[in-house]
Amino acid sequence: MSLAVANLSLHVAGFELLRGINMTVPSGQVTVVVGPNGAGKSSLLKVLCGELVPSTGTVLLNDAPLASWDDAARAQQLAVLPQHLALSFPFSAQEVVGLGRIPHATGARRDAEIVAAALKLLDASYLQRRPYTSMSGGERQRVQLARVIAQLWQPPAHGSRTLLLDEPTSAFDLQHQQMTLTLARQLAGEGVGVLMVVHDLNLAASVADQLVVMKDGTIAACGSPAEVLTERLVDEVFKVDCTITPHPRSGLPMVVV
Amino acid sequence: MDVRRVDPRWLISTLAVLLPLALVSSLLLGSGGFGWPALWQGLTGEAQHVATILWQIRLPRVVLAAAVGAVLALCGAVMQGLFRNPLADPSLIGVSSGASVGASVAIVLLAAWLPGLVGLPVTALAAFAGGLLATLLVYRLATSPIGTSVATMLLAGIAITALAGAAGSLLSYFADNTTLRRISLWQMGSLSGAGHDRALLMAGVAVGLALWLPRYAKPLNAMLLGESEARHLGVPVQKIKRQLIVLTALGVGSAVASAGIVAFVGLLVPHMVRLLAGPDHRYLLPASALGGALLVVGADTLARLVIAPVELPTGIITALLGAPFFVALLYQQRTRI
Repeated sequence: MSLAVANLSLHVAGFELLRGINMTVPSGQVTVVVGPNGAGKSSLLKVLCGELVPSTGTVLLNDAPLASWDDAARAQQLAVLPQHLALSFPFSAQEVVGLGRIPHATGARRDAEIVAAALKLLDASYLQRRPYTSMSGGERQRVQLARVIAQLWQPPAHGSRTLLLDEPTSAFDLQHQQMTLTLARQLAGEGVGVLMVVHDLNLAASVADQLVVMKDGTIAACGSPAEVLTERLVDEVFKVDCTITPHPRSGLPMVVV
Repeated sequence: MDVRRVDPRWLISTLAVLLPLALVSSLLLGSGGFGWPALWQGLTGEAQHVATILWQIRLPRVVLAAAVGAVLALCGAVMQGLFRNPLADPSLIGVSSGASVGASVAIVLLAAWLPGLVGLPVTALAAFAGGLLATLLVYRLATSPIGTSVATMLLAGIAITALAGAAGSLLSYFADNTTLRRISLWQMGSLSGAGHDRALLMAGVAVGLALWLPRYAKPLNAMLLGESEARHLGVPVQKIKRQLIVLTALGVGSAVASAGIVAFVGLLVPHMVRLLAGPDHRYLLPASALGGALLVVGADTLARLVIAPVELPTGIITALLGAPFFVALLYQQRTRI
């Protein structure tokens, strides 16, 4: 088990943003969170990574409260890729990815190898000496993804690794979307607990072991994509009339609007 | 398309070679210029008047110039990292203004009540207190449980600068002629009349900060990504921010107390270093310290030479040199991006 919350709620300025949330991000699995705008996906992610403190409930990282971990030890187990990143200094891609090695003491040479490998994994080696400020949106997103992957490159001394990704594919073309999904599966295969927020239900269904559907700050449904994705649920949660058929090749549920 | 940079280690070594050269030339040049033989005689004490000029007037002044430059450039680099804004500067968030008010209060009130006490230690302490108070006020205004808003902090800095300006004018209004002259000279940023006490104080602060601040290089690099991202990378952001705010208030406060407001150094030097060698604080901090020292020593030498034997306040020279260059840099950047 990598990351877990029980009976979690979050009140901010009199608004109840999250309530009654019970979930785990198991290691070795890909968990995907979907839901309409304002359902609380980003709030959930902020609570899970410790940026917001829940009003009730505790976030457990490898069975210990998130806040009880020492900063560097926590960063060795938990990496987060936020949706928006503003970096206005002309770091090269290499330097940005190198920031992911700050919580580790592996030495400059090993870090340089990891940085190069992470960039290669994201098909971004050609960017390594390019200033971040001159890259396109998709290129920046790939470099940032390489950064969080470099942060979780090797298993930590205790527990397992968890990676939280907030809409990691939003700026990607089709090829890089697929590459990201493959990468998420690959990381899960190495024992990382991956949690992604995405908007595309078909993309979610194709990668998720566990699909979490959020609505109005609660979890409306949770389970394997085949269990969760029904025409009634999509109508109830997303207010969209759709047909669900098995994917011709994978047999996974496919949402056709 | 690739980043075009010089090797940062090469830049630091070059600056480290240039700085001593500039220090020595600055010792030799001035209204009473003299050559190498006289310098040697002065240093060994053979020529008494040269020795007096060197030890009593030039040396403290050169040391003060170098120290003020190094401290201002270091504090500028740190502030720009903290606020993730390459144009931020201690004067932008109100530290310089707060320090300046603190020092003015000390000069005016002590001149009126306890003339015997008007001296550097008191002025420096008052400037540090003023700078710290201003920073803490801005910090309190801009910080909420969620984090610190950079925009609010910068706006609050503008408000404090305005408030400090009014307080300064009020003090000048009630000051007598001598005090008024002292305040306005000091506000222009002057290194003249530097004594051993000022030079020693600033040299101590400069060496201390230059040795201490580089340990914040990695956290500052992470904070360029954003405060939450730095936290996710295991950086104790709030603690580091608090420490850096106190350290910069200390640096800027003592610089303002001993040399007034020397403009543009904290903005210009880190900016140039970043353009040459990139934004990595591991190199930016030492290179800025050396570059700042070099700039102010050069500016001060010019200030003494331009209309010798009359001296210009050094702050005017740095602003005259800095402002157009800075505008040019901005223009260049605008066309490149």
